[in-house]
Amino acid sequence: MFLITCPFCGEREQSEFKAGGEAHIERPKQPTELSDDEWAEYLFMRKNIKGVQFERWNHAHGCRKWFNMIRDTSNDTIKAVYKMGEKPPVK
Amino acid sequence: MKNRYSIFSLIKNAFSYHENWQKAWKDPTPKKEYDAVIIGGGGHGLATAYYLAKKHNMTNIAVVEKGWIGGGNTGRNTTIIRSNYLWDASAGLYDHALKLWEGLSQEINYNVMFSQRGVMNLAHNLQDIRDLKRRTHANRLNGIDAVYLSTEEVKKFCPIINTSPNIRYPVLGGTLQRRAGTARHDAVAWGYARGADEMGVDIIQNCEVKGIKRNGDEVEGIETTKGFIKTKKVGVVAAGHSSVLANMAGLRLPLESKPLQALVSEPVKPIIDTVVMSNAVHAYVSQSDKGELVIGAGTDDYISYSQKGSHDIVEGTLNAILELYPIFSRMRMLRQWGGIVDICPDASPIISKTNVKGLYFNCGWGTGGFKATPGSGDLFAHTIANDEPHKLNAAFNLNRFISGDLVDEHGAAAVAH
Amino acid sequence: MLKNLRVTTSKYIDKTSRVSFKFNGKAYFGYKGDTLASALLANDVHLVGRSFKYHRPRGIMTSGSEEPNAIVQVNNNTALTEPNVRATELEIYHGLEATSQNCWPSVNFDIGGINNFLSPLLPAGFYYKTFMWPANFWEKYEYVIRHSAGLGKSPTEPDPDIYDHKYIHCDVLVIGAGISGIMAAKTAAKNNLKTLLLDEKNEIGGSTIFQNSKHVKINDQNSSTWLENEIKELRNIENLEIKTRTSVAAYHGYNYLLARENLTDHLPKNEKNKKIRQRLLKIRAKKVIVATGSLERPLVFNNNDRPGIMLSSAVKKYADYYGVATGQKNIFFTNNDTAYESAISLNKKGIKVEAIIDIREQSNTAFTKEAEDLGIKVYRSYTVVNTEGYKKINKITIMELSSNGQSFANQEKIELDCDCLAITGGWTPAVHLFTQSGGKLKFREKDQVFIPDLYPSDQISIGSSNGDFELDDIIKNSTKSLKEFLNIKETEFDNLEINCPKDKEIRNIWLLPSDKVLGKTKPFVDYQNDATAKDIKLALREGFKSIEHVKRYTTTGMGTDQGKLGNMHALGIIADTAGIKVGELGTTTFRPPYTPLTFGTMVGRNVGEYFDAFRRTPMNDWHIENKAEFENVGQWKRAWYYPKKDETMHDAVQRESKAARYSAGILDASTLGKIDIQGTDSSEFLNRVYTNAWSKLAIGKCRYGLMLNEDGMVYDDGVTTRLDENHYIMTTTTGGAANVLSKLEDYLQTEWPELDVYLSSVTDHYATASVCGPNSKKILNKIIPDLDLSDESFPHMSFKNAKIDNIKCRVMRISFTGEHSYEINVQANFGKSIWEKCMDAGQEFKITPYGTETMHLLRAEKGFIIVGQDTDGTMTPIDLQMDWIVSKKKYDFIGKRSLYRSDTMKEDRKQLVGLITDNPSEVLEEGAQIVANTNATPVAMLGHVTSSYYSPNLNKSIALAVVRGGKNMMGQKLIIAMENKNINVTIVDPVFFDKENVRLNA
Repeated sequence: MFLITCPFCGEREQSEFKAGGEAHIERPKQPTELSDDEWAEYLFMRKNIKGVQFERWNHAHGCRKWFNMIRDTSNDTIKAVYKMGEKPPVK
Repeated sequence: MKNRYSIFSLIKNAFSYHENWQKAWKDPTPKKEYDAVIIGGGGHGLATAYYLAKKHNMTNIAVVEKGWIGGGNTGRNTTIIRSNYLWDASAGLYDHALKLWEGLSQEINYNVMFSQRGVMNLAHNLQDIRDLKRRTHANRLNGIDAVYLSTEEVKKFCPIINTSPNIRYPVLGGTLQRRAGTARHDAVAWGYARGADEMGVDIIQNCEVKGIKRNGDEVEGIETTKGFIKTKKVGVVAAGHSSVLANMAGLRLPLESKPLQALVSEPVKPIIDTVVMSNAVHAYVSQSDKGELVIGAGTDDYISYSQKGSHDIVEGTLNAILELYPIFSRMRMLRQWGGIVDICPDASPIISKTNVKGLYFNCGWGTGGFKATPGSGDLFAHTIANDEPHKLNAAFNLNRFISGDLVDEHGAAAVAH
Repeated sequence: MLKNLRVTTSKYIDKTSRVSFKFNGKAYFGYKGDTLASALLANDVHLVGRSFKYHRPRGIMTSGSEEPNAIVQVNNNTALTEPNVRATELEIYHGLEATSQNCWPSVNFDIGGINNFLSPLLPAGFYYKTFMWPANFWEKYEYVIRHSAGLGKSPTEPDPDIYDHKYIHCDVLVIGAGISGIMAAKTAAKNNLKTLLLDEKNEIGGSTIFQNSKHVKINDQNSSTWLENEIKELRNIENLEIKTRTSVAAYHGYNYLLARENLTDHLPKNEKNKKIRQRLLKIRAKKVIVATGSLERPLVFNNNDRPGIMLSSAVKKYADYYGVATGQKNIFFTNNDTAYESAISLNKKGIKVEAIIDIREQSNTAFTKEAEDLGIKVYRSYTVVNTEGYKKINKITIMELSSNGQSFANQEKIELDCDCLAITGGWTPAVHLFTQSGGKLKFREKDQVFIPDLYPSDQISIGSSNGDFELDDIIKNSTKSLKEFLNIKETEFDNLEINCPKDKEIRNIWLLPSDKVLGKTKPFVDYQNDATAKDIKLALREGFKSIEHVKRYTTTGMGTDQGKLGNMHALGIIADTAGIKVGELGTTTFRPPYTPLTFGTMVGRNVGEYFDAFRRTPMNDWHIENKAEFENVGQWKRAWYYPKKDETMHDAVQRESKAARYSAGILDASTLGKIDIQGTDSSEFLNRVYTNAWSKLAIGKCRYGLMLNEDGMVYDDGVTTRLDENHYIMTTTTGGAANVLSKLEDYLQTEWPELDVYLSSVTDHYATASVCGPNSKKILNKIIPDLDLSDESFPHMSFKNAKIDNIKCRVMRISFTGEHSYEINVQANFGKSIWEKCMDAGQEFKITPYGTETMHLLRAEKGFIIVGQDTDGTMTPIDLQMDWIVSKKKYDFIGKRSLYRSDTMKEDRKQLVGLITDNPSEVLEEGAQIVANTNATPVAMLGHVTSSYYSPNLNKSIALAVVRGGKNMMGQKLIIAMENKNINVTIVDPVFFDKENVRLNA
């Protein structure tokens, strides 16, 4: 059970949050101009990293804000959280 | 030739205090080159090797395993076996596996304890009923045994279920597949390993793959902690870590790896003689031959390779168990554990060629891969040997994520895997 | 001939309060403070159970939660029964009834004992090698195997007890209240840290509290006396909470721990009632101090499992703490000094110690000297090679060890009589919780222990759980660690003067040699599961190399004790056999819980009606009063239909349907999801999330929208109303509301942050009564007379604000039934009164309340879909023949691109159609499969029936279905393939009723 620091609310129990998968996959601005392959790449293909991953979380049972998290998926260590649109604080 | 296992060999060996049993499998150092290498020594990988040797005469092959064989999801799952899937493609795949299960102990001369005690799926609301009836009709027309049960019939088949209409999620009906059941998970891995080893397959444990070497669009070999192994065919069957291996070959897969947890109670005398699954309240339970209640929990929603999940998931599962089986309240959890499952967007597996020649993937089984073990191995072996899928796994290709021709068990069948 | 072996007084046993209990039907008594084990031992009962596989007689082995043998069924055949309870933990109470398990007919005479004679045929993994013939016989073998396996019996009645959860946040959590834990708790709490101290026992103080050796002193006091004073002080410290009978079950990441607090199990039966039995503590601690102590190791030798063979520390505890002699002719068997300490303590109480068998060649400490001074016979460099006595040990045979410890110095055997053999093989730090938390261990060669190395979170281990076994090490190292960990300069323990014997020798032999070949012996490693050293060696011989393989093949460590006693021996034997070091082999994973955790405790109050809360509409009471039957939809209870006296569901639905079509009906539509959308970019937002265009929707107008997933499949639908220039209210399906909101927020916040749009869920804020039918206008006119209801002013798909009795409401003229209808939305707490007002006003028109079933029927007559019933996550809007709603002009919307993939573009996808049956009274089964011919196997399925009803308005059976290529099959005949019959159907347009929509404006 993680202890997650929501960038808006502070430290909260994991049960208040929902995970939203890999971060920084921007929705194509012009989907209709993509090939089927390119669209599938956006829609389904994921890095699914073992190690440090940039991912999205939502404080679903709190402020309802989405934010980004950097977490090591091999041991679940949370390295940092940052707001949507912000630059990642660590590499 | 190895000792053949039987009551007679047991008696014979008893006289020599069991000092003369041979190794179930050798412990070879890897050769420089193989005709094919399977990455992943779980049930699926070992079965693939077994069928490659047995049916396709490919015996100069190896299985490389990072840890110890059967130590991943094979040894961590709740061992439910059934084939009552909705879509034709899935039904074909899983029933092929079920038919192989039915003769497996004899085929590999290893008792995998396939117990056809039946699997029930419960309906808790009107849409569940529609979905389960739809599936039952589809199963019947696909030649898969399945019956729809009324609440009274559910109660009769498994008397300890609370079928009171006044509970939060009353049991409104269910389905039963009698040929379905459970098996002994470790035995499957060990049995296939022993069988494959006997035909000359090298089973190499504690050998982690560090890279997949490509020459343009062809596979050349794999880098491992035990050195480079040259091979023209690499079959990846590394549930949980499929994406990690795909990345080594420069591929991306439509997978997310998530924690899946399970638990067992302390052992008790027989109290439940079948397998009961409920998707709506998310609880599945059966009883192992040893007497433990074997309970499957759900997946967490985040990606993790830590083999740990959150407590809420386990607690939620037990809440559901006590809703349906209030008599278990005083039973005790003996052990809980987690595994890593890789999940496809359509909750169906991938048994497929890739756009790299000689590189094959068998992955994306989500929470339900164990049941498919023999079928998956057989079909993957066929795909690797012929460089073409068998008709039973043709639908489970990677291209479906591009064309949109998904096998959506996820959306369609309101049934847990 | 009951014997009383209560030989000395003890301050932990209240001799003034006798407690009577029954074991295997026979009445005994003990005292308050006794465990079942201590009380049985006081009554000279050693034989408590039978082992799992061989059904060998087994006795009490330990005095704690690591007990493998003495597990019993409590209160058999009652609702309060519990299997597999450790007699060593169970505190006795008036009325307790315990019985032996896994034996029949009795623990004294157990038919299953025959397995012991068959044991040559039952080596590790025997079941993998046999039971395969005849091929279909496994279920028959399995039946026998299952019935001989298992231990206790599951309860068969619901649990009358209640359980609870409690969240605790603390600065410092100290686990284990032995001497190091007490020091830690005191230090933390005195330094102003909110501290919680937990111990699984009923008293704190660990084993120091009954330490009585003259060689072990703190500041010139007995260490127990010193600790008693510490405990007295501890009780008066603020900031400190102490919980006993509380076992930490799991240590998860981020210092999240679960503990089970036992509140009533020790109370007399009449005092348990209606109290919380156990509480699950969910603890989030800033810092954790693990002081869980260590577990004594047994020794592995032939027949080391007989009743009367106990851990040396347990023998000492039964004597020193409970005042019970576990035997009258005791022999100790040891590889370390603690046996001497125990033997001295027994001797001083007048309990006879016949001998100490010590595998070491020498040890010269104050303990060994004192034992010899007391005249206790010591056999140095000897080992036990056999024990005798079926139901209780009565004799041992010893032999002198060779210098390497692997064989014997000579062939001489000495037989010694005894009735209790106290064994000790050293100590294993209890690192279970540390490793659960993700901690990494290191191996210490000197005394062959795994100790904590790398900490994954803010925690330390101290005391013997950290590998400090001597009192001076414990105190000095704990103090040092505490100061660093808590960042404090000094503690009251800095300058204690400690005396304890030092420089103890230890000799570790994982598997002691035997004079017989291994195959003829039974040296148990896992007592409960009957796994022996030879099983482990067999596994290795057969190629199982990793500890996890050996464990699984032999079942070592898989019992209810999870291998607390034997795991190290298993590792040691594997390492020795394979010729490697234990440290290289690594250990198995310790999995939660530390001790078995009651399901009820895990679940707490989340049972019965609290399992998952229902959502009920403001009109719910009215539905109940009017005898509605209910359907569960998502989390909601919805009125399903309203049967009148003697009416079947079919009758009720037919009546309700007709009433709605021919006069007036009323539906509680409050459960539909409602999302309030505001902001200057609201129209653009709707453009992006729905398939159709929204920019031109006029204020005051409503529009139906279909929402897709990004993969192009229908996700949700509903009517959205433009309340104002920048203000919309969206409705969603009942079950989809939460997911839709969350999906919309996701897009809004992460993909389109530039849009000025704000979303709020208002589902619970409004109650919705939907009045439909030809008389709906008249009814509305009665309750809102000043509202202009003319088609010109208030046409279909429009909305108006209004007031009913001064209550503000929004009235939408929208229809899901095809009838002229109005949805009245009011603030939720007026819902019931508005509903009743509609009923009153509608009385003259026989307004009829209808439920979800009738709603479904009416909409099916109109061919309107229900997302989730007629769609299943594989249907595009084109598949639904709803091309009209998919904007061709819009540049993009969620899911648009996916509609143009090669598969989604196919013409022969499954498409929504209507079906009528040749026999108009034959109603199809929802879910039934549709085929063209039934001759082939497998039968090719074209689709299935999604919705099916008997239409009272058309007087025939109608159905919606999805059929492969159905769009182009109008008029074609197909077959519904049922189990016993085929039903002939014809494909028709899915709109069955009022295709021209004349009734909407009627």
